[in-house]
Amino acid sequence: MSEPKIDGFELKPGFKGMASDTASDQTMFKGVHWGKAMMWIFLLSDTFVFSCFLISYMKGRGSTPVEWPNPSEVFALEAFGVPVPLLLIALMTFVLITSSGTMAIAVKYGYEKNRKMCGWLLLATALGGLTFVGMQAYEWSKLIHEGVRPWANPFGAAQFGSFFFMITGFHGFHVSIGVIFLFIYTYKVFAGHYEKGKKGWFTKLKGDYVEIEILGLYWHFVDLVWVFIFAFFYLW
Amino acid sequence: MSDEYDNNKSYQAQSSEVMDGSTGSVNPDIDYVRPSEVGEQELYHPHSFIEKWVFCQDAKVIGVQYFLTAVFTGVVGLILSWLMRLQLGFPELAGFMTAEHYYQFVTMHGMIMVVYFLTALFLGGFGNYLIPLMVGARDMVFPYVNMLSFWMFFVAVAVLMASFFVPGGPTGAGWTLYPPQTILEGTPGAGMGILLMLISLSLFVIGFTMGGLNYMITILQARTRGMTLMRMPLTVWGIFTATVLAMLAFPALLVSAIMMTLDKVLQTSFFMPTILKAGEVLEYGGGSPILFQHLFWFFGHPEVYIVALPAFGIVSDLISVHARKNIFGYRMMVWAIVGIGALSFFVWAHHMYVSGMNPWFGFFFATTTLIIAVPTAMKVYNWILTLWRGNIRINVVMLWCLGFIVTFVNGGITGIFLGNVSVDVPLSDTYFVIAHFHMVMGIAPLMVIMGAVYHWFPLVAGKMLDEGLGKWHFWITFLGAYSIYFPMHYLGFIGVPRRYFEMYDSPYMTSAVGMNEFISIAAFIVGAAQFILIFNIIKTLKTGKKAEQNPWKANSLEWYTSTVPPEHGNFGDRLPVVHRWPYDFSVPGAKEDYIPQTTAPSEVIHTEVEKT
Repeated sequence: MSEPKIDGFELKPGFKGMASDTASDQTMFKGVHWGKAMMWIFLLSDTFVFSCFLISYMKGRGSTPVEWPNPSEVFALEAFGVPVPLLLIALMTFVLITSSGTMAIAVKYGYEKNRKMCGWLLLATALGGLTFVGMQAYEWSKLIHEGVRPWANPFGAAQFGSFFFMITGFHGFHVSIGVIFLFIYTYKVFAGHYEKGKKGWFTKLKGDYVEIEILGLYWHFVDLVWVFIFAFFYLW
Repeated sequence: MSDEYDNNKSYQAQSSEVMDGSTGSVNPDIDYVRPSEVGEQELYHPHSFIEKWVFCQDAKVIGVQYFLTAVFTGVVGLILSWLMRLQLGFPELAGFMTAEHYYQFVTMHGMIMVVYFLTALFLGGFGNYLIPLMVGARDMVFPYVNMLSFWMFFVAVAVLMASFFVPGGPTGAGWTLYPPQTILEGTPGAGMGILLMLISLSLFVIGFTMGGLNYMITILQARTRGMTLMRMPLTVWGIFTATVLAMLAFPALLVSAIMMTLDKVLQTSFFMPTILKAGEVLEYGGGSPILFQHLFWFFGHPEVYIVALPAFGIVSDLISVHARKNIFGYRMMVWAIVGIGALSFFVWAHHMYVSGMNPWFGFFFATTTLIIAVPTAMKVYNWILTLWRGNIRINVVMLWCLGFIVTFVNGGITGIFLGNVSVDVPLSDTYFVIAHFHMVMGIAPLMVIMGAVYHWFPLVAGKMLDEGLGKWHFWITFLGAYSIYFPMHYLGFIGVPRRYFEMYDSPYMTSAVGMNEFISIAAFIVGAAQFILIFNIIKTLKTGKKAEQNPWKANSLEWYTSTVPPEHGNFGDRLPVVHRWPYDFSVPGAKEDYIPQTTAPSEVIHTEVEKT
């Protein structure tokens, strides 16, 4: 029986492996890059942020005395003269999930040291994210045009506007940050910083293609959160 | 099974053989420690004064920066408490103070002491300084982010302090910031004050997240060879668990701060119900003030343990070192810390018994609250059993530790009163509550901080603090703190409400006047006594006795650095290799009464040391 090893440490599967990793010295997550572990824990913390938002939303929606607006009417988009419920949101979700796909392939090419492909796919991911933010801006302006405000809402409870703008705004902020970093890393990959061992602008430390995976973790998380926001706002 | 396991087996066989007194051939494998997995950490060494002392990436400097900034805010909080006590004890002398001022001082004192002083001091100060040294790392794993963390905290403090100088002054809504009154006109600081408070809290959370990720990953992924989790000093366990709590609890604070900011700035109604003001209906409506209380206390209760757990950890180490005895029940201590941390997420609504919750809810939260007493009591017993038949040195550090145990037990017992719904309801919002939480999460952790300062000062500065001044500092603080908070229990029982600017002609006022004066005088003295420490530090830095390498004869790695105080990179050319836990004190058969963590088993083969 030969399991994978890290410096003489046998990595066993299952609970037994978890126990022996935890009981060992030096690292708890064997072979996991510091930055990757950090991103996972950050995302756990961020999960709590979004959970607090969404639970507050449920509580707010449950306790408001005024009726909640019907999402399939509020979020309908007119296509060829016919109002289609959730059309824009479906498109937005499609774009964002697709960008998650391109991100995953970018990570694969990154580890294969295929600089060009990795760069192009990162660029595609960034553009997908940018499209998402653009469509969200369109959706916001449409709702604002119809009179929905954070403090008021012609279709029903004012809290609809409050929670909608706050939570999609917070998510959109996450996407925007991700897009900025995607562009930065697209540049870094195309410029070959990892191959040349160029030091970071701020940290003054050398980078590695694992950074692409770390960025990918963040991006997938932002996608996952969107799925929940989608379910809670548009389908409920 | 792996080679690793077989090595352990041969090692165990050897040590039991040795205990029988046999001196058979020694298996060289007993000193085996797996090779390094991670390799050397790349460090960025500073090139200028600014990079070395201001925007520094060395965790030790960052720790000291955190410490000094937190102490500064703590002194501000102390002065605010003096002003409050002046008003309560001698209102005729506090003519300059209006009720609004008083509420602002109450609020700022609470928020500063809990968040900006204790949390920042334990996690930012001690965490940064001690974690890399104690686990045998060169530095925190992300030094740049760590530096940003401190400066974010610094900006948060600056914003908080700025609220003293804006029109309307700082917020006076109480540190819990309960809506709707927090952001309504009529509450002091309902304009700019509360806004700056919320911004400052958000910045604090962001800054802390950066630091917290560093602490967690350093502990989980950057330990030195041989340093297993169960060989870490309890200080590291305490700070680690507190950091986990903070990473999961601060999100609730961040979210509630964001929502309240929107309520304030954009007139949303997340927390704002329909409100009538002077006969007019305000713009607000349909929100839930109770939601804020839930969010706040989901943060607020773990926050108590964010302060307490590092104190538990540190005091365990101090007691063990200064009683020259291994900590009793190390594993139990670890699991108690983890268990208290986990339970602390299921008790938050015991702060809300009077909010009109369903009785079954109160029942649930009272039960979980009282269950916390079990691991906590285990810890107290273990501290006492560590002292039992130890070679106790009654020095200043030990005095602070003993003071901590007594104070903590005291505050813990009143916690059992308040954890029960039916006892809490009449005591709610009285001075009994004030006495309880000041004892348990104010004075008790503060005692540990003081002990820790006297203990680790020789490491940080290379000089020994003056013991004589330290004893004065301790006795005034200890007796004084009891003079302040013991009478407050009584005030609470007779029903004196907290947060009242003045008692007017209420019946309990006549009987409480003398006691209030006494408490105030004690508070002035205790507050002033803290400056003994500052004087002691300045005096020691100037003329103090130079400390030797390991003045307390401790075992943990921070005392075995290449230089004292440790330089950037901590351990010189080679990282230490760890063979044992840090609590091998007074081992029968050993030459000295301590065996450093770096001592290999083959060097202590004739002693009755246990495998850890």
